[in-house]
Amino acid sequence: MSIRNRFIFSLIVSIPILINMMMMPFGYEIPGGVWSQFLLTTAIMLVSGRGFIQTAWASFKHHHANMDTLVAIGTLTAYLYSVYAMLNNQGVFFEDAAVVITLILLGQVFEENMKHSASGAVDKLLNLQAKNAEVLRDGKMVTIPLSEVVVGDILRVKPGQKIAVDGVITEGNSTIDESMVTGESMPTEKKVGDAVIGSTMNSNGTFMFKASKVGDDTLLAQIVEMVKKAQSSHAPIQKVVDKVADIFVPVVLIIAILTFVVWYSIVGASAVSTMLFTVSVIIIACPCALGIATPTALMVGTGRSAKMGILIKNGEVLEAVNTVKTVVFDKTGTITVGKPKVTDIIGDENQVLKIAAALESASEHPLATAILDKANEKNIEDTNLQNFQAIEGKGVRAQVDGQSAFVGNAKLLEDSKLSAELQAQMTQLQNEAKTVVVVGLNGDIIGLIAIQDVPKPSSAVAIAALKKAGMRTVMLTGDNQRVAQAIADQVKIDEVIADVLPGDKADHIKKLQEQAPVAFVGDGINDAPALTTANVGIAMGSGTDIAIESGGIVLVKNDLMDVVRALELSKKTFNRIKLNLFWAFIYNSLGIPVAAGVFFGLGLVLSPELAGLGMALSSLSVVASSLLLNKTKLATA
Amino acid sequence: MDKILVAVIAVLLIGFIVWWFFGKHVTKAVTADVESDGQSVDVVVSGGYSPATVVLKQGIPAKINFNRIDPSSCLEQVVFEKFGINEYLPQNENHSIEIDTSKAGEYDFACGMNMFHGKVVVKS
Repeated sequence: MSIRNRFIFSLIVSIPILINMMMMPFGYEIPGGVWSQFLLTTAIMLVSGRGFIQTAWASFKHHHANMDTLVAIGTLTAYLYSVYAMLNNQGVFFEDAAVVITLILLGQVFEENMKHSASGAVDKLLNLQAKNAEVLRDGKMVTIPLSEVVVGDILRVKPGQKIAVDGVITEGNSTIDESMVTGESMPTEKKVGDAVIGSTMNSNGTFMFKASKVGDDTLLAQIVEMVKKAQSSHAPIQKVVDKVADIFVPVVLIIAILTFVVWYSIVGASAVSTMLFTVSVIIIACPCALGIATPTALMVGTGRSAKMGILIKNGEVLEAVNTVKTVVFDKTGTITVGKPKVTDIIGDENQVLKIAAALESASEHPLATAILDKANEKNIEDTNLQNFQAIEGKGVRAQVDGQSAFVGNAKLLEDSKLSAELQAQMTQLQNEAKTVVVVGLNGDIIGLIAIQDVPKPSSAVAIAALKKAGMRTVMLTGDNQRVAQAIADQVKIDEVIADVLPGDKADHIKKLQEQAPVAFVGDGINDAPALTTANVGIAMGSGTDIAIESGGIVLVKNDLMDVVRALELSKKTFNRIKLNLFWAFIYNSLGIPVAAGVFFGLGLVLSPELAGLGMALSSLSVVASSLLLNKTKLATA
Repeated sequence: MDKILVAVIAVLLIGFIVWWFFGKHVTKAVTADVESDGQSVDVVVSGGYSPATVVLKQGIPAKINFNRIDPSSCLEQVVFEKFGINEYLPQNENHSIEIDTSKAGEYDFACGMNMFHGKVVVKS
């Protein structure tokens, strides 16, 4: 029998018992008197209460005690004592057993509904997927089920249709609403070569795209997987709670026995009132609010942030965010747009560009793209390349048309020296926040190329918000000190650590950690060690799979404001967990002495019915407090 | 007289509770049966997990068949934190959960409220 049905049964059957209880002071009684009460309560015990007793007995055999143990012992005591009292013509309290069972089941019905709705939210995300897709097969467009789409398929999307899987546009253009996956409310323009995300909505254009990820590999499927993992994880604080819960129930039973002994053997109270105190203690102590305090808050918090395109991996991350005092940013692609452009060329423009483009054609560095774009623009022809060699953090060397050539930063220069004139020009360009590379041929320096990457519009705002929240902000970059400083001045970041080799980023994070816990924000493959080393690694969305794997928080959008939102939401969720634990503990710890009759002299007592109501309320208030996380205002949203 | 009797019984009861719940009690581990297509083990969910410790061999696809007899809402969910598994167990039905045995180690599992605990040990 489901919890809901058990609740409905006990509610209906306990109504006559309640009526009887309220009519008693006026001298009325339901037909059959005590005997009807006995029969009705017996029915409730058998139908609705049996589950508690079964679980309690089964856990008892495992040397475990839990909330069912308390409910079972509490109601059984009240019930059995009343049977004994009835046979001896003394006062009974059947209604206590009946009402307590009804109220506790009520609490569980609410709890169950809320738990299911919280965890169901993630699965709903998967339902956003398109059911069918129009695919090019054997030269014809055919409609097939989503599951049959494979990587490499060419798909057509018409206006108003959902995009089936992740891919890259091959033909046409359109505006796409990606809010369901990235949380970005503005539709984005997409053209040939742009990536599209499965399950997002195409608005006005028709286009063709090539599937790059299908099934469990799509961004949406990975988001769902990640959120599920986060929701079933536990914050470290939970371990303490579990330890307490394990010893809590047996201790409550001992307190209940002591309550009985003190009232009966020492104070000399009647058997009936002694029994009432004891039962109240057992009922009020049910620790179920304690058990749901962390999981419900975690579920709501991670669910809400996922909707905003912020994926928090687990409860440990949430707790770690709370300690963070320093936020370290990678420069390229994190603070800046990550799409650098060539702005100045010093020297013979055609020759410099030709050599540089030849060398960079084999490189994967972001700056290489800028140089190649410029070369394309100027229609510079390809040249023959041999012995290509990338020197980490410095540049590249190769043979171009049989002559040794290089392009890279000042660190690459060993034998050749910059002339005073070039040095001055370089400094000038760097002060303008431009990265300068040196191009050399046959051991001579033939020119300089200046490349500029502008900060994202959101960077300055986000950094200001972090500073306002009391964070120390640091920029960590492989770029030259002057360029880094120029960018830093634009976005008003506190500190700059420049000229860092990719492999040394993690070491710099360690050094910063000696002062205070650090969050690192980055996106590149070379950021992975730093993301793992930092107390909280925040991977930017445009980033690589490796960066996403190493980050504790993943931002789907490429917006620095999300860093601020992620930190704020994590803190809010963790604070909510602490608040929930407080509420759960306060009910139990304040309730027990009152129930035991410690304040009897002040006229403050707690009947078993009130204790049962308090129990249900404590679970309800914890669940409600977690759900309120969905509604709390964010300073940045 | 009965007051003294009550006090004596109470002391005995408290002693029993302390011994029963806080004393050391050994639990038995059960090793999964290995068949041609994988390994599987049955776990009965009733006031806890029996057996509470399951031993699996590394590298062989494994299934744990949960059968929940218990009616309590607490045990209706089973959570394997490290695997990211969080599933509802239908009452009085077998519900199989596949376990990734590629890495040796100890993996805890628990009910939705983390009050009942079990452990999967993957041995090489």
